[in-house]
Amino acid sequence: MTRVVDVRGLRYRYADGTQALNGIDFHLDAGECVALFGANGSGKTTFVLHLNGLLEGEGHIEVCGLPLSRATADQIRAKVGLVFQDSDDQLFMPTVLEDVAFGPRNLGLAPPETETRARLALEQVGMTHAIQKAPYHLSAGEKRRVAIAGVLAMQPEILILDEPTTSLDPPAQRDLAELLANLPQAKLLVTHDTQFAEALATRAVFFERGRVAGEGSVDDIIHRFHWQAHSPRSVSLDRRSAK
Amino acid sequence: MHHRVIDQWSRGVSPLHALSAGVKLAALLGILIAISAAPTYPTIITASGLLTIAAMVSGLPFTGLLSRAAFVLPFTAIFALLTWWSGDPERALLLVAKSFLSGFAAVLFAATTPLAAWTNTLRRCRFPSTLVTVIEFLYRYLFVVAQQAETMRWAARGRGGFRFDAAGGAVGALFARSWQRADGIHRAMLARGFQGTPK
Amino acid sequence: MIHANYSNSRMHIPDGFLTPPVWLTLDVISVPVVAWVARRRPAVVSDLDRRVPLMGVMGAFVFAAQMINFPVGLGASGHLLGGTLLALMLGPGAAAIVLTAVLILQALLFQDGGVLALGANIFNMALAGVLLGYLPSRLFGRNMVTIFLGGMLSVLISGVLALAELQTSGVAITGHPAQVALLLFALTGIVEGAITVVVIRSIERLNHTALRSTSATSLHARLAVIGAAAVLALCGAWLASGAPDSLQLLASNVGLDAEPVWTHSPLANYEVSSLGPEWARRPAAGLLGLAFVYTMFSLGGKKR
Repeated sequence: MTRVVDVRGLRYRYADGTQALNGIDFHLDAGECVALFGANGSGKTTFVLHLNGLLEGEGHIEVCGLPLSRATADQIRAKVGLVFQDSDDQLFMPTVLEDVAFGPRNLGLAPPETETRARLALEQVGMTHAIQKAPYHLSAGEKRRVAIAGVLAMQPEILILDEPTTSLDPPAQRDLAELLANLPQAKLLVTHDTQFAEALATRAVFFERGRVAGEGSVDDIIHRFHWQAHSPRSVSLDRRSAK
Repeated sequence: MHHRVIDQWSRGVSPLHALSAGVKLAALLGILIAISAAPTYPTIITASGLLTIAAMVSGLPFTGLLSRAAFVLPFTAIFALLTWWSGDPERALLLVAKSFLSGFAAVLFAATTPLAAWTNTLRRCRFPSTLVTVIEFLYRYLFVVAQQAETMRWAARGRGGFRFDAAGGAVGALFARSWQRADGIHRAMLARGFQGTPK
Repeated sequence: MIHANYSNSRMHIPDGFLTPPVWLTLDVISVPVVAWVARRRPAVVSDLDRRVPLMGVMGAFVFAAQMINFPVGLGASGHLLGGTLLALMLGPGAAAIVLTAVLILQALLFQDGGVLALGANIFNMALAGVLLGYLPSRLFGRNMVTIFLGGMLSVLISGVLALAELQTSGVAITGHPAQVALLLFALTGIVEGAITVVVIRSIERLNHTALRSTSATSLHARLAVIGAAAVLALCGAWLASGAPDSLQLLASNVGLDAEPVWTHSPLANYEVSSLGPEWARRPAAGLLGLAFVYTMFSLGGKKR
């Protein structure tokens, strides 16, 4: 198995002194789908922002054999597709097509090529009918699909999805799981949704106070950390905010 | 809010919708300048005729367009009354006619031209690109931020409405959320390889 | 309805009020200034790329914040106008751009203010209003008094400039109506000052990163601001001098003028005599002026 993401000893401290990441070791292999669990404020989002250089911590990060540094950040951003929790943050261009073309255009591709890529990506997520629509005319599920298309248009090797099921109704969640299952990229799902993770992920990692507290099969992690929404017992964890 | 209706109208299908944004913008300015520079009855009557025909062609609800143009009337009415009292009813009527017609022309333009079409025209006309991009971002996030404000208003109404300082707290929170939103957008832009000026 | 927002849109001049010389002059003043501000590197939000989405979202914030009513007693309510708040949070340059974008959208989508009158409204609110809203905090440091003063001055200057422009265009506002208008502006100003103070205080309580200190004021910046304010004052005086009547009347407290001011304004018969060959000349002049505005904008937009 080719290792597409390799992280060793990653630490990050926010300007206000909060130690958000405290020595993270993590890896992701090609074609793998990993779920990332942990309480709010345990450093999950902070961690994924490091994977394409949006935040710079101490430690070693390698993506597709390329060590992450300022010089390689642009190359790495083309390989790591990050789908944000709030689709409205991501869909800022006036129309769906322009939004999906935003990434390829930043890669310096010629206009016909960017458009081809954008159309292809929209086809992959089943959103070709909305090509000329404005983002604010889409439903939550459609917005999420377009956001994923915007990332796919950059033809990444790794997909990172931060809370992808937030604000989606159950059918839209099911459609999303189906869509993701059919994408060949290595995937990292940051989520609280254990059912969604069980449907897709082959492995799970548990974050606690900026450290990896456990690693194993999804089932194993859910049981070990009592990570269910409807269990009689609840876990109390440090709820410091990551932001 | 009104922008939703205009936004919906602007996506309609009609010969007027199909006309290029640049042509419509030029026509709008032409009519406004004619009304302003030569405010005589022939101008007013010609402009009314042209605008009525254009409104018919657009296929949009005529009374809807009229009522939107009527947003200018409260302001106009005050000054029209003052002018009337000072002994010039003819001038007062002209004032009402001019401002209402100008408002109607602007509504008709906005209701038949999607925002992205006219901002692209402005960009081609070498408007400062920062300003044009700010207009596009503003319009895009109006739908998001206005929704948040509306939710806050309902939440407050459910608990008896805002007091002065509570309203201040709500606006402050709205500001902070908008600021975070901007951070999120910028982060998402960077994540997709954004390096320079937006296009 | 009693609690109609009295502060809402009272200062947005619609089309049909200003005569071509007035709107054209103000378009010619405002357009290059906005273009210059738009392409100038901002001193405040240091990251050039970040400020564009920020300014856009802040414009949306201004619209949305106006949906939240502040009860001010007697069943009346006001809402944030925002010029001073933006000037203090984003800096005057960015605030001017944001408010210009707001005014353009208000003119086209909300019929709040005219299209030809955009230059006037931008001058009154996005330039003069922002500058005066910013001035007290810049000169004397930011505290509750300077914030309040800024909010109030910003509304007052916008209102007075709008009145002066209407006067110059021959729209009769003299005596009691003018006094009532000034009183309303003063009240709106007080409300805006108070709203700006409570909003900034609430942002402070949220301990927000957006807060920046205005304490570090270089002499250079001070001089620039004072210079701009002086120019502004001159412009205001020039505009007001076109119609000194209301100010005189106000001073002597005479009351309603029997003779409308426009009969002896130099522009008074501008419209009445527009017949025959005159009819063709005016639109031509208007178009020429527009061509000039366009040229200024192209020059302004070029360097970005």
